[in-house]
Amino acid sequence: MKQSITLNKITQLMGFGFLKPITALFTGKPQKEDIVNFLKKIIVPLLSILLFLGVWQGGSTALFNKEANFKIEKALADQGQAAADEMRACIASGEISCQPNTLPSPSQVWASFKTLLEDHKVISADKLAFKEKTAVMNEKRIAAGKEPITYTGRPSFVDQIFTSLKTVFAGFLLALVIAVPIGVVIGLSTTLRSSFNWLIQIFKPVSPVVWLLLVFMIVKTLTKDSNSDSAFIISFISVGLCSMWATLVNTAMGVSSVDKDYINVAKVLKLGPMQKVFKVILPSSLPLIFTGLRITLSVAWMVLIAIELLAQSPGLGSFVWEEFQNGAIDSNSKIIVAMFIIGIIGFLLDRIMLTIQNMVSFNKNEGV
Amino acid sequence: MAYLELKNVCKTYEDASGGTEVLSNINLTIEEGEFVAIVGFTGSGKTTLVNLINGLIKPTSGEVLFKGEPVTDTSHERGVIFQNYSLLPWLTVGQNVYMAVKEAFPKESKEKLQAIVKDYVAMVSLSPAINKRPKELSGGMRQRVAVARALAMNPEMIIMDEPLGALDALTRGNLQDEILNIWSKDKRTALLITNDVDEGIYMADRIIPLKPGPNATLGPEFTIDIERPRDKTSLNDNETYKKNRNAIIEYLMDIGNERKSVSNETYELPEISPKSFVA
Repeated sequence: MKQSITLNKITQLMGFGFLKPITALFTGKPQKEDIVNFLKKIIVPLLSILLFLGVWQGGSTALFNKEANFKIEKALADQGQAAADEMRACIASGEISCQPNTLPSPSQVWASFKTLLEDHKVISADKLAFKEKTAVMNEKRIAAGKEPITYTGRPSFVDQIFTSLKTVFAGFLLALVIAVPIGVVIGLSTTLRSSFNWLIQIFKPVSPVVWLLLVFMIVKTLTKDSNSDSAFIISFISVGLCSMWATLVNTAMGVSSVDKDYINVAKVLKLGPMQKVFKVILPSSLPLIFTGLRITLSVAWMVLIAIELLAQSPGLGSFVWEEFQNGAIDSNSKIIVAMFIIGIIGFLLDRIMLTIQNMVSFNKNEGV
Repeated sequence: MAYLELKNVCKTYEDASGGTEVLSNINLTIEEGEFVAIVGFTGSGKTTLVNLINGLIKPTSGEVLFKGEPVTDTSHERGVIFQNYSLLPWLTVGQNVYMAVKEAFPKESKEKLQAIVKDYVAMVSLSPAINKRPKELSGGMRQRVAVARALAMNPEMIIMDEPLGALDALTRGNLQDEILNIWSKDKRTALLITNDVDEGIYMADRIIPLKPGPNATLGPEFTIDIERPRDKTSLNDNETYKKNRNAIIEYLMDIGNERKSVSNETYELPEISPKSFVA
C-alpha cells in the first residue's frame, strides 16, 4: 500500500492525476468506484482519441477524393477520355507520380514517423562510421594545430528535435536571466513600475517575427568580424525576448503583492533590505514567478518553430519548412509528424515546469 | 519616568473622503515589569494601537515614548506577537525562530544561535515539530511558534495583539499559562490586547477598555489586585475578580449600546472590482 501512496503522490505532483485510476486499479483491491473511475477517466478519453482519428481518416479520404476527381476531370478536359482513364488507373494503382497532394491519413503519418526513425538510424550509423574513419586523421590535424573535420551531412529528424530543444532552453535561460531580476526591481518600486510600464505594454504584444528582425539587425552587426554560427544566436535571443514578458509581469506582480503580514514580520525583525528581498519577498513570490516561467517556456516553444523557420536556423521549424518546400509525396505526412512531436514535447516541457512549481510553491494561507 | 508612555496620540487614516480618525487622544503609561491588558470590541482600533507602539506606523499627532525616547521605528527591544501568527510558510519552525534570533544577536556564532532556537522551541514544547512547516501544525502550535519567535529575541517588552483570538478555549487556557510563566520568570513588561475580559483579568495587573472607533479612546482603568500565581478555577469565586469582571463588562456593554443607538443609519457598500492583472 505504501508504494501506491508514493506513486500517487508523484503522479499528482507531476500533474498526471489522470493516471490515478490506473494505479488504483492495479495496486491493491479494485473497488467498484475505482472501476467507474477507470471507465470515466481512461476509457472515455481513449474513445475520444479514436473519434479524433476517425474524423481525421474520414476528412482525409474526402479531401483525397476531391483532389483525385479534380485531377481526373482536368485530364479529361485537357487531353480527353484516354488520359482521364489513365489518370484514374494511375491513382488507383497508388503510383507516386500521380498521387493527389492533400491532407495525409493517420496511417500515412504513422508510416512517415517510422520512415523518419529509420532515417535517423541510417544517419546515426553514417555519422558513427564517419567518426571512426576520420578519427586518426583528426588526431593528426589537431596535433598539427588544424581544425578537426566534422560531419556535415544532413541532420536527422531526431537531431533536429535536439537542436530545437537546445535553442529553446538557451532562449528560456536568457528570458529567466533578464526577466526575473528586472521583475523584482520593478516590483519593489512603484516609481520604476510606472516608469517602465509603457515599455512593457508596448513590447509585450510585438510579434515573434518582428523580434527576430530586430535581433537580426543587431546581431548581424555585432558578429560581423567573427565567423561563428549567428543563426543559432539570433534564434535563441529572439525566443528569449519574445517569451520573457510573462515572467517579467508575473514577477513584478508577485513581488509587489507580498502579504502585508510578511512585510510586517520583516520590519519587526529589522531585516536589512537585501535580507528582506531574499528571505521574505522572493520566497513569497516564488509561486507567481513560476507561473510566469511556465507560460514563458510554452511561449518559447511555440514561437521557436516560427523563428527557426525564418532564421534558417536548424531545428524542427526549418524541418517543417524544408518539407513543405520539398513537396515529396510523404512531405505532408512528415509535417504532421512534426506537428505531433512539437505538441507532445510542448506538453512534456509544461509538465516538467509544473512539477518544479509544485515542489517549490506553498499555499498562501499556510502561515496564517 | 514611565517605561512606555503615549501622550495625546491620534491616528487618522487618509482616504478619498477626507479621513477617519481611528484613535483620538490616547494617553497611556506603562511601568516597567507591569502586565497591562487593553480590551475592546473588534474593529475598535486595537491593532492600530499596537502598530503605533511597536513602531510599524507613526501617529498623526501626539507622541509615543519608549524609555523616554520617541518611537520612530521597530526595535528588537519590543517583541511583537501578531494576531495572525505571521509565520513564513516556506520556513520550518526552527528556521522561523532562527531568522529572528539571527537578527537579534548578529554577532553570536551559528552553534550558539541554534542552541537558543532549540531552547525556545523546547520552551513552547514544540521540539518534536522543529523541522515541520507551519502548514503541518495546528493553530495553537503555530501561535506557540510565534510566541517562541518573539521571545527568542529576548525583548524587554512583549506586545501581544490578540495572540489567542483564533484558538479554542482549551488551547487558549494552556497558552495563557505559558505566557504568564515566561513573563513572571524575568518580569518583562507586557502589553496584551484582547477582546476577552476574562483573559484580561486572569493575566493582567491593569485592564483598560478601549472605546470603539472611529475616534477610539481609552476608558477608565481597572486595577486587578489578585495575587499571583492566579488559579483559574478558584478565580471564579474571588470577590475582586467578580467585581472587576462585572464592572468592566457593564462598562463595555454601555458603550456598546451607546454605539448601537447612534448607528442606525444605513451604509452604502463600496464599489469593489478585482485588481487588474496588468503590471
